[in-house]
Amino acid sequence: MGNQLLVLDNEKVQKARQLAQAIAQKVQEDIYRHTTVSVERTVARLFGIDGTNHEDIPLANVVVDQVNRAGFLDRGIAYWIANAVVVLDKSPQEIAQHCARDLHICELSAQDPNRIARVMNTYTDQALTTIAKERQKRETLKQSLGLGEEPLKYVIVASGNIFADVEQAKSAARQGADIIAVIRTTAQSLLDYVPYGTTTEGFGGTYATQANFRVMRQALDEVSEEVGRYIQLVNYCSGLCMPEIAAMGALERLDMMLNDAMYGILFRDINMERTFADQYFSRMINAYAGIIINTGEDNYLTTADALEEAHTVLASNFINEQMGLAAGLQSWQLGLGHAFELDPKMKNGFLYELATAQTIRQIFPDAPLKYMPPTKYMTGDIFMGHVQNAMFNLASVMTGQSIHLLGMLTEAIHTPHLSDRALSLESAQYVMDNARDLENEISFRPDGIIQKRSEAILDQVVDFLQDIEAKGLKRAISEGHFANIRRPQEGGKGGDGVIPKGIDYSNPFMDRMQQELGIQSAPGKGRSW
Amino acid sequence: MSSKDKVVKPYGDSWGDGQVQLSFTLPIPAGPLALEAAKRLALQMGFEGIQVVNMKDLHGFSHFILYGSSRHSVNLDEISVVDAGDEAMTFDEVNSFIEKEIRRKVVVVGACTGTDAHTVGLDAIMNMKGYDGDYGLERYPMIETYNLGSQVPNDILLQKAMEVKADAVLVSQVVTQKNVHIQNLTELIEMAEAEGLRERLIMIVGGPRIDQPLAKELGFDAGFGPGTTARHVSTFVVKELARRI
Repeated sequence: MGNQLLVLDNEKVQKARQLAQAIAQKVQEDIYRHTTVSVERTVARLFGIDGTNHEDIPLANVVVDQVNRAGFLDRGIAYWIANAVVVLDKSPQEIAQHCARDLHICELSAQDPNRIARVMNTYTDQALTTIAKERQKRETLKQSLGLGEEPLKYVIVASGNIFADVEQAKSAARQGADIIAVIRTTAQSLLDYVPYGTTTEGFGGTYATQANFRVMRQALDEVSEEVGRYIQLVNYCSGLCMPEIAAMGALERLDMMLNDAMYGILFRDINMERTFADQYFSRMINAYAGIIINTGEDNYLTTADALEEAHTVLASNFINEQMGLAAGLQSWQLGLGHAFELDPKMKNGFLYELATAQTIRQIFPDAPLKYMPPTKYMTGDIFMGHVQNAMFNLASVMTGQSIHLLGMLTEAIHTPHLSDRALSLESAQYVMDNARDLENEISFRPDGIIQKRSEAILDQVVDFLQDIEAKGLKRAISEGHFANIRRPQEGGKGGDGVIPKGIDYSNPFMDRMQQELGIQSAPGKGRSW
Repeated sequence: MSSKDKVVKPYGDSWGDGQVQLSFTLPIPAGPLALEAAKRLALQMGFEGIQVVNMKDLHGFSHFILYGSSRHSVNLDEISVVDAGDEAMTFDEVNSFIEKEIRRKVVVVGACTGTDAHTVGLDAIMNMKGYDGDYGLERYPMIETYNLGSQVPNDILLQKAMEVKADAVLVSQVVTQKNVHIQNLTELIEMAEAEGLRERLIMIVGGPRIDQPLAKELGFDAGFGPGTTARHVSTFVVKELARRI
């Protein structure tokens, strides 16, 4: 446990946690009732379905769309694939290839439920075993190579070309980066499919594909050996394909995933039911794969004011924590997010930043907190920007943050140049080493600005969560309580991909993972097998 | 200014010294070869008295910080500029200008169009809070705003503009690569022209890579780059609107 620089009112913290739990539980009831096209495509992918048809449409989409068009997706794609496996005595991949030509799997005769169940079990075992092996491999590498010192230095590559990304990532690792995130190409979050194969063109980032994941992980494994520490890889489990990306990351040993319960709704205008159902299954996969998620509360402060809205970040941390725990994640996997976004012209702004960062640190002592750099007040004055980032580095090391996304002096100008990253790493190294044990040498005055600010935020959080608990999370979002953004309860992108589960619905991965992770499954859900 | 003073070059600490600081990366490891390459490059860029003050190895790459004196200068008499911002009015001045000159609320629709998901710039201009102490358009009592957010297709933006009888359309383009924003902005203007809407709308584009000449070239009424706040945009909109009415 870190330093207790602040005195927190534990009763209030507990109260906030209980409120968040109640809020999450209410959402969870809806989640249990729905599946989505992306959840079903994830099952298809985990059954081994990969590749595309002659129009470059992923086979997972081909199969799921076929069943959905026939109106039978409420039973779950697992049933239809397993039934076809029994009838045709072919692998799921072969069946998907046939579906791309002329096979209609819903027209095949229904087989013996026991044989279907055995097929499902076989393919579920196969996929989960692969994921467990990758998890084990990561644990071994982390043990043998070790990790960098916290706050871990997290940098972004975003060239659009995975092979150029690899060169930049290796260069960054050699200069001291601990974590590499490959930013996705603009607008991938709104694609209702995951592109296939390695890619060399993107806008403001690189496509997240399973092949790209593999290329980057392999390169980072090589450079990890070279630099003598395990370099972690991050991608984006967000948008319309959350659970599919989670499955790909689990199979290709990604180490972290951006994976927020509400981000898609707020910042991409994705349908609420869709996002909630997708985030649940994606988080379950991340939990099972031992992946650390990063939540996106920093984004709130890019649209809303960092001084007035600091409590919404903390409130969202509480909600993300509860929704994460409900999906089987453990505290060490919850990279809850926050950011250093106060106006640099504000008197004592740094003290307020410390207050928020330290409050969150103490409330979530076991969570690998993700601290985000200034973006809103980065202007293009790169010299000033470099100083702002230095202040951010100091706040991070002083308050014991875990995952530190390095600020770039060219933020707001372009995706980072190689030298921007090097300058940033050098600055972080310098500030953090120079102030390494500062947190053990200081305490905050009990009647001082920082302590008072912390108390005020906590009070606001309890009020805010009480309000949300009373009206429900969906209504709260529709009224613009987070990030000053309003989203309608109905509507948003991807809503047509939400399907109420039938009474005979089955998802063997969800069942098995719920069981192994020891989490609650849908209350009173009748098992069909 | 004397005619001599009209010819300017970069100023380090004395008139005419031409001092420029420059940094760049070469895709080769640091060493004597990289150093010489950097100097020759700077020479070709038009610098004299080149001083490489820092060379750092970035594992296969090398980063340079150097100073040089620029051989070049510009004659201010030979330059003409257009200032889209005009003299920006204050928040109160804009509102009373609308009350007096336009006598109804001015309707503004804004969006990040195409694939762009970055609303920072648009929010800085439109959101209540504004930016850098300048209130956003939402706060102006005489301006009615619609912020459509990110990744808005061009046709949806124009449809909305018609629906609410917009006077002005603000388009923000922040993150772009390989000039996708140019293509997207051109498409918007073409669409507006095809629909016969172009003349009825004041069309404005903003973003870190946008300036007035580019905006004009693409067929917009004005372009705003870094450092713009709501005052600049609202001043332009209301003056242009008053001119057209």
